[in-house]
Amino acid sequence: MDKLGSFFLPPAKSTMAGTVDQLFNFINIVSAVIFIGIIIAIVYFVIRYRRRTENDVTSLNDHNTPLEVFWSVIPLFLIVIVFYWGFTDYLRLHEAPSNSYEINVTGRSWSWQFNYDSGAASNELHVPAGRPVKLIMSSVDVLHSFYVPDFRVKHDVIPNRYTSVWFEAKEPEAAATDTSWVFCTEYCGRSHSDMITKVIIHKEDSFNKWLDENSGRPDDMPLAEYGGQLYNQLGCQTCHSLDGSRKVGPSFQGLYGKNRVFTDGSSLTADENYIRQSILNPNAHVVESYPAAMPSYQGQIQEEGLNAIIEFIKEQ
Amino acid sequence: MSSTAHTDNPSALNLKRFVAPEVAEQNFMQAEQGIKAWLTTIDHKKIGLMYLASIIFFFFVGGMLAIALRLELWGPAKNFIDAETYNQIFTLHGAIMIFLVLVPSVPAALGNFFLPIMVGAKDVAFPRLNLLSFYIYLFGALFTIISMINGAVDTGWTFYTPYSTGTSTSVIWMTLGVFILGFSSILTGLNFIVTLHKLRSPGLTWGRLPLFLWSLYATSIIQILATPVLAITVLLLVMERTLGIGIFDPALGGDPVLYQHFFWFYSHPAVYIMILPGFGIISEVIAIFSKRRIFGYWFIAISSLAIALIGFLVWGHHMFVSGQSTLASVVFSLMTFLVGIPTGIKIFNWVATLYKGSIQLKTPMIYALIFLFLFTIGGFTGVMLGTLSVDVHLHDTYYVVAHFHYVMMGGMLIAFLAGLHLWWPKMFGKMYSQFWGNIAAVLIFIGFNMTFFTQFILGSRGMPRRYYNYVDQFQELHQFSTIGSWVLLVGFIIIAIYLAHSLLRGEDAPKNPWNGRTLEWLTSRQPVLENFNYTPVVLHGPYDFHEPISEFQYGIEGSHHHDHSGDSHGDATKAEKAVTNA
Repeated sequence: MDKLGSFFLPPAKSTMAGTVDQLFNFINIVSAVIFIGIIIAIVYFVIRYRRRTENDVTSLNDHNTPLEVFWSVIPLFLIVIVFYWGFTDYLRLHEAPSNSYEINVTGRSWSWQFNYDSGAASNELHVPAGRPVKLIMSSVDVLHSFYVPDFRVKHDVIPNRYTSVWFEAKEPEAAATDTSWVFCTEYCGRSHSDMITKVIIHKEDSFNKWLDENSGRPDDMPLAEYGGQLYNQLGCQTCHSLDGSRKVGPSFQGLYGKNRVFTDGSSLTADENYIRQSILNPNAHVVESYPAAMPSYQGQIQEEGLNAIIEFIKEQ
Repeated sequence: MSSTAHTDNPSALNLKRFVAPEVAEQNFMQAEQGIKAWLTTIDHKKIGLMYLASIIFFFFVGGMLAIALRLELWGPAKNFIDAETYNQIFTLHGAIMIFLVLVPSVPAALGNFFLPIMVGAKDVAFPRLNLLSFYIYLFGALFTIISMINGAVDTGWTFYTPYSTGTSTSVIWMTLGVFILGFSSILTGLNFIVTLHKLRSPGLTWGRLPLFLWSLYATSIIQILATPVLAITVLLLVMERTLGIGIFDPALGGDPVLYQHFFWFYSHPAVYIMILPGFGIISEVIAIFSKRRIFGYWFIAISSLAIALIGFLVWGHHMFVSGQSTLASVVFSLMTFLVGIPTGIKIFNWVATLYKGSIQLKTPMIYALIFLFLFTIGGFTGVMLGTLSVDVHLHDTYYVVAHFHYVMMGGMLIAFLAGLHLWWPKMFGKMYSQFWGNIAAVLIFIGFNMTFFTQFILGSRGMPRRYYNYVDQFQELHQFSTIGSWVLLVGFIIIAIYLAHSLLRGEDAPKNPWNGRTLEWLTSRQPVLENFNYTPVVLHGPYDFHEPISEFQYGIEGSHHHDHSGDSHGDATKAEKAVTNA
């Protein structure tokens, strides 16, 4: 059964994955047994009762009550088991334990942002192992859906409303090198399939250490370096390259001080004010030949962060 | 017994035997000729054939789009088309296959041609309305084509808000197309219901109705009841886009989850619009090629109605992770399982029909057996997806993609091919190559499983659907699936070749090549304009193969303006007795 599971399913890295996988395997095995039975019956009948002459006499029997009751009640019985099993696990997937560690998740086209209680933010999901984690999620634009196959959790992320999932990651094996992915599974436009990131599972103490290192700008960190950190944490890199290559939005390479031509034909020099406006109100000026795809970051970046990003862009 | 006789004076029925000639003096195609006659015809058979041609054309378009999608997925990132084009192509593939191919395929094409003949009528109840519904279909299709030219649509066929209200693509044209197509569907459903109630031949009781007609009856009920909800939904969507009223868009105070409820309230029953007629065809084919009474006639007939009704109460199983209430999810899961039971029992009944039959593996039967194989897998994986906790993992992955292709393509499209091969000789008067027919069927079977079984594995391993780009670990399975799509393509090319050959140079078909007992097989090779030169009288069940064919040839001298050209044999006494005993 485990072998079957590991062929069809990704690694099970959460505490809930086990029972979901068992149910998946149970349905597969029961289905396979009935399916093979049906196919054997078909093949046998087709061979045994193949037409021999045009005058073959066939059975006039067109019903059999015990048989029909049998094949109605047995599936009903199986289905009640499957329903109940799925139902109880579903309730457990919905009720986060009260001692859960909470992380806020923001979905935007096309990146994820994770905010932690310490003030840390990241675009990869960092979670402690061995402790229930509850994600409180919302979208700033269209529908997204948060999915981690290795945890067997998924939930839509909706604008103007909070939804949540919870999971408890298992202690990572020392040798484990495979990546656990976060996928967006609700279609959200052009780069829907790039709205993916990694889950990093920490042991409890290394998680706390990571939180400390990533909570705001350390006093001794240069502003531009902090900007670079935000560039990664806020998901800017999904659409803006640093090496001049074209992604969804313009590259940051050599951007500062350049003359920008917009879709309405007007133009501006890319100075501090222009960059600030592009972050807070991106559709005010859309650069020619690019789509108006960027969501607003109004209210999501502190003043210091804005200055840091501007400094970071100046250096590119 | 005669106390419950159908008429006060049975001898007034004046039953005779009528044997239609092998070749009609003037079949329906010869009766009215030229482009204009075709475009203005109210003959249900010509309208059915025009639908058939349109559906085959759109199937070709939708199929080529699918081939392009599979080719692009050969490797992650860009292979030959960009992300925007990819998103437009999968949207179009879905919209075309569902609204222009699957929904009308069996009812509007095969149903239009055969329903009136199978009830022994001259035409549907409202022939002009029938022609109108065809033009509405074309008009709706035109809007879809305009949307393709006018920037295409990139929302997926589900048009989920708020993405669909914000995207710059041609959503309005496409949704208006869907809105218009809905009316075509409603009118066809209405026509069928009235025809089945009012135009059945004497003796054709509900218990003698071919199961294909029972399934069309159930389908028509859903078409009439569910399609208006789709119309309302897309109309509200268009109003939100154009007028900015806030129904679904949270930025305007609306609720995007409400849109999903509206959408699936139609689109889930629509799944049954798409599959029920397929069930009907499979019943006909299995009975004819087993030469046997169908097992569990009433159960198959009534389960179609049960599925039609319960099918209205399961839409929320598309929304287990959407943010609908937990209680709602639980109820929808339970209802979903309940709708699975009648479907499962149908499969058992079909298999039981093979028992002690006289089975002949002609091409339509091969397709029926393929249907049983693929649709059963589609059904079991449906149970998997109806299970709450497992669906959380599988929702919106390739598992769902594979499941609905097993049901829609492995089920409905295969059933459509079974029906097309069953009735091809009747529609066109020509036989096709059984050899190439069987080769193509086997290729499609192999190609289909290569393409879509692989996607079950992709999905349960976590590959999300509607992904242009994907992580490397999925590449091998994607490539295998793509190779499968080529095998499928070869299968369809072979079908196109031998059917074209059949049309141009095929052998003439006998009027009843499979020895069927339902009324369409009693007409000439290609039926005359109004199907019969007499009023057929039905004395036996549709699958009473043990009765000689002569028992099915009774009728009454009609008030028809044509002289019937068949032989008639006065054997009224026996037939009257049968009628009164029925």
